[in-house]
Amino acid sequence: MEIKGNYTIISNRRLTHKTWVMTLGGDTSAITAPGQFVNIAIPGKYLRRPISICDYSHERGEVVLLYDVIGEGTKAMSEMKQGDNVDMLNGLGNGFSLDSGAESPLLLGGGIGCAPLLNLARALKRLGKNPIAILGYNKAADSFGMDKWFEEIGVEAHIATVDGSVGTKGFVTDVIREKNINGDYFHACGPMPMLKALCNGLDIPGEVSIESRMGCGFGACMCCSVETRDGSKRICKDGPIFRKEELIWK
Amino acid sequence: MEITNSSRNLSVSLSGVTLQNPVVPASGCFGFGYGMAEFYDIDILGSISFKGTTRDSRFGNPLPRVAECSSGLINSVGLQNPGIDTVIAEELPKMREVFHQPIIANISGFSIDEYVECCEKIDKEKQVAIIELNVSCPNVHGGGMSFGTCCNSVAEVVKEVKKVITKPLYVKLTPNVTDIVSIGKSAVEAGADGLCLINTLLGMRIDIKTRRPVIANRMGGFSGPAVFPVAVRMVNQVAHSCGVPVIGCGGVSTAADVIEMMMAGATAVEVGAANLVNPYACKEIVENLPKEMERLGIDSLSEIIGIV
Repeated sequence: MEIKGNYTIISNRRLTHKTWVMTLGGDTSAITAPGQFVNIAIPGKYLRRPISICDYSHERGEVVLLYDVIGEGTKAMSEMKQGDNVDMLNGLGNGFSLDSGAESPLLLGGGIGCAPLLNLARALKRLGKNPIAILGYNKAADSFGMDKWFEEIGVEAHIATVDGSVGTKGFVTDVIREKNINGDYFHACGPMPMLKALCNGLDIPGEVSIESRMGCGFGACMCCSVETRDGSKRICKDGPIFRKEELIWK
Repeated sequence: MEITNSSRNLSVSLSGVTLQNPVVPASGCFGFGYGMAEFYDIDILGSISFKGTTRDSRFGNPLPRVAECSSGLINSVGLQNPGIDTVIAEELPKMREVFHQPIIANISGFSIDEYVECCEKIDKEKQVAIIELNVSCPNVHGGGMSFGTCCNSVAEVVKEVKKVITKPLYVKLTPNVTDIVSIGKSAVEAGADGLCLINTLLGMRIDIKTRRPVIANRMGGFSGPAVFPVAVRMVNQVAHSCGVPVIGCGGVSTAADVIEMMMAGATAVEVGAANLVNPYACKEIVENLPKEMERLGIDSLSEIIGIV
């Protein structure tokens, strides 16, 4: 299996004060499930940077990455230009499960963690499911109308902000409560405190995508190990998505 | 091209163990091989030094375990491994399915008894051709470090391990010492059949925004292309003064690096960090070696060992 390829940047543009979107063209055949990630080589950096796949199309040969500029690596990534060639490992990690059997799965995102839920929504719609997206941000300035991206593919979407500047004031769980949303499964991606709250607070089955600094991104170095109820797992290879009952919250 | 390539001799011999070529993934950067076999046929490699194994299973250090550096990285995995018995019962059988070359068994320990017990067990495994004693892992408090930084403790552990094994014993040396040649000589005098160097250099990064170390364990092992010149220098010093074969290791990323390391004195060459940024690194090195030999007018790799 070839996971390393050369890609061309189709576009790389700013969406908010910190969030960028990069679209790359190239071989997408390594991608087998929503929720997988790429490990992208960045000029001047030794280690690659793992970024979750927001969306992809095998037909068009395109991969869309949403990322926050938070350190030197992602800053350099934001400076990469349309037409640049990029060395990237693609289709890494296990991906979200599409066989939960749920009819109305909740897609719960926190900040940049909303990214992989878009392609998940697309996949669930294809299976005839009725996913509902709830996107949480700190403030209006962090959101960029991603709810519209979900609505464009026929998925109901809600926004929550901690300061109430757009959507429901509070967390994604406040949206569930206030709008009386009944889901029968949840797929979540976001900051660890949010994921912990969801795993401990929601009484429906679910799974969460967790992140970590990574060495290789394909299971060789053991730099991103996590202790689970089923023993030690590698976030990059056995994850990044784990069932809520697998994880041990400290 | 194919005719010229096939006429070039890439094989090397480590204490009577013949490797089809000198390219060996370094311990900790390749697992037990079978995961990497998803990406290419790993039987093209000379050998594999498997993931550092201890007597008991270890989860390792808290996260983050890795930090970016200029031309390299710092890692502090902390010898995560399932323990020697599970390695023999579960990992080696999976490794054997996809890898049929001689295996280098990397063994770590926290006491002489532990080294002896692990080496005695792994020595009985047929495909294990060489035992590589990690006396230099800088990640574990009070662990391997103390053995590798002192001539007497290196000699003591080598002497005890040699009593219980039949396979060649290579000692993997830490560069975090004042005089690596004297440590190497002590290992050889105690019975080591060969030496492997260098392990990682102890390093540290600080996140200047949070004012905290990047690595949860504060410091870790620095590796990658940045350390290559240090490794070449130390291999050169040790190879010319210790009288045993040397496995060169440290920042090797290309076929040219392999040749440079061999000219410095290495008989075989381990590739570590390069695998982590390019899973095909060792495959590319093996494929490029004949071309590089042709370019440099080298017919047989064994003839360049230690020519500098």
